[in-house]
Amino acid sequence: MSELTPYLSPFLSGLAYSMLLFLVAAGLSVIFGLMNVANLAHGTFYMIGGYIGYSVVRYTGNFWLGLLVAPVVVAAIGLALEMATLRPLYKRGHLLQVLLTFGFVFIGLDLVKWIWGSDVHSIDPPAILAWSVEIAGQGFPVYRLFLIGFGLLMAIGLWFLLERSSVGAIVRSGVSDKEMAQGLGINIPAVFSCTFGLGAGLAAAGGVLAAPVLGLFPGIDFDILIVTLVVVVVGGMGTFRGCFWGSLLIGQLDTFGKVFFPRFSLFLIYLAMAVILVIKPSGLFGVEEQ
Amino acid sequence: MNSSVTQSPAMAGRYIVLALIAALALVPFLAPKYMVNLLTEILIFGLLAASLDLVLGYTGLASLGHAAFFGAGAYTVGILAVKGHCTSVLAAVPAALLVSMVLALIVGFFSLRTSGIYFLMITLAFGQMLFALVHKWTELSGGSDGCSLGKRPIIQLLSPYLTVDFSDYRHFYLVVLVTVLLAFVALRGVVKLPLGQVAVGIRENELRVRFMGFNTFAYKLAMFVISGCFAGLAGILYMYFNAFISPEELSWVMSGKVLVMVILGGVGTVYGSVLGAGTLLLMENWLSSYTERWLLILGSIFVFFVLFAPEGLVGVFRGAAARWGRK
Repeated sequence: MSELTPYLSPFLSGLAYSMLLFLVAAGLSVIFGLMNVANLAHGTFYMIGGYIGYSVVRYTGNFWLGLLVAPVVVAAIGLALEMATLRPLYKRGHLLQVLLTFGFVFIGLDLVKWIWGSDVHSIDPPAILAWSVEIAGQGFPVYRLFLIGFGLLMAIGLWFLLERSSVGAIVRSGVSDKEMAQGLGINIPAVFSCTFGLGAGLAAAGGVLAAPVLGLFPGIDFDILIVTLVVVVVGGMGTFRGCFWGSLLIGQLDTFGKVFFPRFSLFLIYLAMAVILVIKPSGLFGVEEQ
Repeated sequence: MNSSVTQSPAMAGRYIVLALIAALALVPFLAPKYMVNLLTEILIFGLLAASLDLVLGYTGLASLGHAAFFGAGAYTVGILAVKGHCTSVLAAVPAALLVSMVLALIVGFFSLRTSGIYFLMITLAFGQMLFALVHKWTELSGGSDGCSLGKRPIIQLLSPYLTVDFSDYRHFYLVVLVTVLLAFVALRGVVKLPLGQVAVGIRENELRVRFMGFNTFAYKLAMFVISGCFAGLAGILYMYFNAFISPEELSWVMSGKVLVMVILGGVGTVYGSVLGAGTLLLMENWLSSYTERWLLILGSIFVFFVLFAPEGLVGVFRGAAARWGRK
């Protein structure tokens, strides 16, 4: 215990960060697995979710209401965007769809600056979680412990939804063979739209939950996008397991890096990505491309 | 039907290009200073966009980190001048090109192990990594304060008869015009070489090209490095033009802007890139004086073209010309 004590606090912080990453990366990964689209506006959904949560908390004083409203609103935005803009491009290839989502990044960033300004905002954690417990002789915020628990619950819930429920069976049938699924009477375009909405909602939930820890500012959209892209590239795109272990790895690496090598922490995650790309280009749990 | 016109559309095209070049060469003697400077910027960014088009349009690789190579060229010139006290163009330019190419070799080596959307994401991540490096390595790059060139160089060509002063806007415009024109000839040459032809084959069907016995990884890497070299050249010109560069010019916003230029102009056309760069920069220049919401407009243009005119302005003009020709 005594030798490991100094590592306990960063380990728990890293775990909390990993769970946030997992929430955001899961949406990106599911969308990619099903639709073959890397949604570059994923960080934008995260950011807009965070800001909507911020406004709700500010006007109602209720954190949980913000955590509920922001994902629902952003999921609706995602659903509408998918139906209006991505759907017409299915036949013209995935690259155009990815480029399109890149256009949304510009629009989203400027809209957020327009509506909420360029200042750094933050959401206060709910009063019930705004205290610290003593871990290894130091105060540790309970909110981060809550993040770990909440993230694990969400992970189990998502796993159940995607791997064990009939909804998940429909989504997975779409992943493995779209034509056959459609032939069996599954409305694939509707499944696509809903999945895109779900992914956007997950990102928004991540944005609200992370705001008390990471803050909110224009530009966080891209910071988060890059980290989640690294997570899914390391773990393997489109796999649930890869997304989970990738989040844990990158979350811990980044947190320990910040504590022990502050100058190089930023490069540790890129280094991890480069190493994985050399050893296994499809990611830790990815399936080799044909 | 007029046979003399229909038989030599290539000749007619050549005359148009020559007339255009002549007009561009006359600009500094007729136009006011701010117009000449704007045109200099358009030419520089046209070259940057064309370098991206080489990998996007001719090899089928969507790189989202191209600002990194542009920045590598610009920063090398700046750092050599500030830290190395080396103001010689003959030394700085080859050094900066080399740095850009080595960087492209490293980024390409890792990111080309994947393809398609993975490639796009990984180049994006590497681009942001370089952005972060420039931000953090304050001792070398000046961090968020940026890097200044100091005094712009003066070259004695055939001294004392011809002196090229980079700080004179007319001189520098002509330097950029000649460099960009030569670079475009070189880019067209690369496309026509067996290397470029194999690259187009890889774009269409990589598996088939590999079955024919080509090492497609090596070909893609070669195209990527050449592209990085031209992007670096654009960066060098930009540094001599602006005499200052900040990390912002390496960020994803820049990479994205260049991508918009290529798509706006027309993917896979090389010269469309200048058209795209010109349209975008003129619009930015004009609209920025009316609104602060330029990024919103940029994003909207991007979305509009991807949705409704993915072949870009060149495609729109070609379509119009074809319709007009049929009448």
